[in-house]
Amino acid sequence: MNPWPFVAAAYVVAVCLTSGLLGWAFASMRRAETAADELKRK
Amino acid sequence: MLWRKGSSAGHKRLAVHAFANPARFLRIARPATSWLLLVGLALAVAGMAAGLTLTPPDYLQGETVRILYIHVPSAWLGMAGWGGIAAASISQLVWRHPLAAIAGRAVAPAGATFAAICLITGSIWGRPTWGTWWEWDGRLTSMLVLFFLYLGYIALATAERERSGEGRVTAIFGLVGAINLPIIHYSVLWWRTLHQGESIGLTGSTIDNSILWPLPLTMIGFTCLFAAAALMRMRAELAEAKVEARVRRMALK
Repeated sequence: MNPWPFVAAAYVVAVCLTSGLLGWAFASMRRAETAADELKRK
Repeated sequence: MLWRKGSSAGHKRLAVHAFANPARFLRIARPATSWLLLVGLALAVAGMAAGLTLTPPDYLQGETVRILYIHVPSAWLGMAGWGGIAAASISQLVWRHPLAAIAGRAVAPAGATFAAICLITGSIWGRPTWGTWWEWDGRLTSMLVLFFLYLGYIALATAERERSGEGRVTAIFGLVGAINLPIIHYSVLWWRTLHQGESIGLTGSTIDNSILWPLPLTMIGFTCLFAAAALMRMRAELAEAKVEARVRRMALK
């Protein structure tokens, strides 16, 4: 059995899920902090 | 225990309460987020590249041993995440630390993500090595239970927050769920089934150094990324709370 498709699949899963977590956390932080700053300016 | 003298009244108080003030916490969290992201990305990418290209295949597992560099850090972070939730729960229930509930809620999605990565990469490794995608083995089952505990914690925390609760039920759930951590750790000793025993301990490792060396890079790298994700979620929750408080004040005027 060729092991490389399994190795590649494991790395793709790890990179995609970690990137997804960081992207979601960053987007939610930026959205919330922008809303707080805008409300403060009003 | 971290105790220090209070500046005015001379009362002793917990040093962790120095971060109880959100403004003071944010002064540290803002630069820490960027640094953790940069260091985490650099180390994780370097460790994964080294693990894929610079290490030799294992004499028994062959090339599939390379999954170790992502599977082990994700297992550690899945468990450490719940350790963080348990610490935040104690801090909330005993000392009523104002940021404890926020910290618990911020850590949970990161912990659930890494528990999922651990389960999926372990399953992918198991197919060519064990000949099966899944086995109801002690370690695999207790790790799956941890993933479901994370989902339960997130659902409970969301529901309690929507009802404007203090988060005490969620904190108790976080504390009770910590009983699963020693079960995961000792599962390979209690139930000797499919998952191999401990190969990396505090005193040493049974893995050869020529294979082991990229592992600290991915361990530290993914830990930094986990911390960055948790800090970003804490900053988001603090900003949302600020907006809610301001909107409430404006409505009362």
